[in-house]
Amino acid sequence: MDFDLRYPIGILFSAYGIILTAFGAVTNGTDIYKKSLGDNINLQWGIVLLVFGFFMLGLAIRAKKSSNSKES
Amino acid sequence: MNANAIHLTALDYSILAIYIIVVIGIGFVLKRHMKSASDFLLSGHAIPVWVTGLAFLSANLGAQEVIGMAASGAKYGIMTSQFYWVGAIPAMLFLAVFMMPFYFGSRARSVPEYLALRFDEKTRGLNAAAFAVMTVASSGASLHALAALLHLLLGWNYNISLIATSIVVLAYVLKGGLSSAIYTEVLQFFLIVLGFSPLVIIGLNDLGGWSGMVSKLNDPMFTHSWKYVDTTNNPMGVEWFALVFGLGFVLSFGYWCTDFLVIQRAMAAKTMGDARRTPIIAAVPKMLFPFIVIVPGMIALALMKSGSGYSIPNGVTGETDYNLVIPSLIAHYLPTGLLGLAMTALMASFMSGMAGNVTAFNTVWTYDIYQSYIASGKSDSHYMWMAKFATVAGIIISIGFAYVAKNVDNIMDFLQLVFGFVNAPVFATFLLGMFWKRATGHGAFFGLLSGTLAAVIFHGMSTPMPLTPGETIPWIKGAWLGAHFTYTSSMAQNFWLAIVAWSVCFSMTIIISLATKRTRTDEELKGLVYSLTPKIKEANEPTWLRPGFLAVVVLAIAVILNIIFW
Repeated sequence: MDFDLRYPIGILFSAYGIILTAFGAVTNGTDIYKKSLGDNINLQWGIVLLVFGFFMLGLAIRAKKSSNSKES
Repeated sequence: MNANAIHLTALDYSILAIYIIVVIGIGFVLKRHMKSASDFLLSGHAIPVWVTGLAFLSANLGAQEVIGMAASGAKYGIMTSQFYWVGAIPAMLFLAVFMMPFYFGSRARSVPEYLALRFDEKTRGLNAAAFAVMTVASSGASLHALAALLHLLLGWNYNISLIATSIVVLAYVLKGGLSSAIYTEVLQFFLIVLGFSPLVIIGLNDLGGWSGMVSKLNDPMFTHSWKYVDTTNNPMGVEWFALVFGLGFVLSFGYWCTDFLVIQRAMAAKTMGDARRTPIIAAVPKMLFPFIVIVPGMIALALMKSGSGYSIPNGVTGETDYNLVIPSLIAHYLPTGLLGLAMTALMASFMSGMAGNVTAFNTVWTYDIYQSYIASGKSDSHYMWMAKFATVAGIIISIGFAYVAKNVDNIMDFLQLVFGFVNAPVFATFLLGMFWKRATGHGAFFGLLSGTLAAVIFHGMSTPMPLTPGETIPWIKGAWLGAHFTYTSSMAQNFWLAIVAWSVCFSMTIIISLATKRTRTDEELKGLVYSLTPKIKEANEPTWLRPGFLAVVVLAIAVILNIIFW
């Protein structure tokens, strides 16, 4: 099967990462972070998700390149 | 917790919407690979091993597991991890090393079909029928739990939540079959890990780290998994023999080594080596899961004891509802944004739990019931149609079960009890089937029945709590034949019930087998029984990839975890 699950995982978590990081940056210092002990958890965890998403996309792209070069 | 205890913003809704779009999208992409019934039901041995491994783990990681384990964490503390480190891990490794060769190596397409090849049709029929009912019932239970939770937390309409969830699951399972279910289970795995970890991190920060939590719990019984099991005087009320033999051996091996829901994931792997590595890959995150699912329960309890103002909410009955540990911590700690991610993770695990059950159900229905007993010898496209029909029917029956669960008090407790009776002896049948060539079809069938009957009788003769003379308990808890065996918790009663049922099944299968004639020749049992199957050649695999080697490494890590949390 030519379906690589790392693409949807990468896309999903990159999207979540971008959304949370951007929202965290905009809302930095506001009251909504009283709940999370004053930490801007959206910004911090958004970056974690972004790194994970990009890592998965990177793996998928690398795998595709190596299979393409094998075929040619 | 009141209705609307959690308020979702547009941001949170968009996080949920993105997930639904991605899973349905996966279904549509996979649709063009679904050319035959076996593509749809079995994924045609085409799934990479890291995916089958994580799906093997996730198929069992329904939301009820997540919510239930957090509840147990608050009730029993770190002892709950016995379900992982003593329960799941050894069983998963045993499956990988010793049993998978017979499932994957034989012509069987399902676990009941293995029983048909090894024993006879009646043993398969019994197993297949019980399994089919159990999967749709638990799918219905999961659906009901989700809709009830969404109603409670978000104020959503129960009926709409139920139908909307079913439609999403139907959409991606009907398009992509087992492959869809497997791929979304892996997405759900990452969502649960990445959605719930912040909860544990913030919670532990709040309490002053692990040591802060331990000192606030202020009860060594909650932070040791083995130290207090020499007697039943511990939160679970279970002593070491019931724990190791009842939970660790009978129940865990019975589930992980024979339940088609999880084994189906391993059977979708590309090669024998990959099928055997599937449970081993699953075992690695499995043994770390207590930190994500059990620790939140301990955090909730410590927060309550520290007088922070947080408390585990009461349920509809007015008593503390431990199942609300996870939702209440989400509401307590997570701001909008991460809140949406955690709620999406929770809903995703309900949906994939349902998808897992439905994909196991449609396979067993199509191959083990429909093709075997109703219409054999039809064309592949006919079975493909039937598989899709069974998918739709499975979901409709699940919805029916959800409403039964909603409207009939204790019905789910009753079903769970019945499933317990049926499941308790089953590992004895598989163990003898795979490792003793003399075991016969009559032996297996009547052994299973007598094991189940023993479980029923034992339930009637035992009580989960000491009773004063004349005191009675509801029959669903036991003692309807009198309180002859007294335990200190329903868990202890349940573990002993499993031990009794297994032992009866094991000995009856041996006795009846010896008294009856073999119906399968040595030649027919090749690939199905250990002593008659040629050893697998692993020479082309490096040592570090061999299942036996990997299993030893994982087992060693599990032992270390047991020692750390002694």
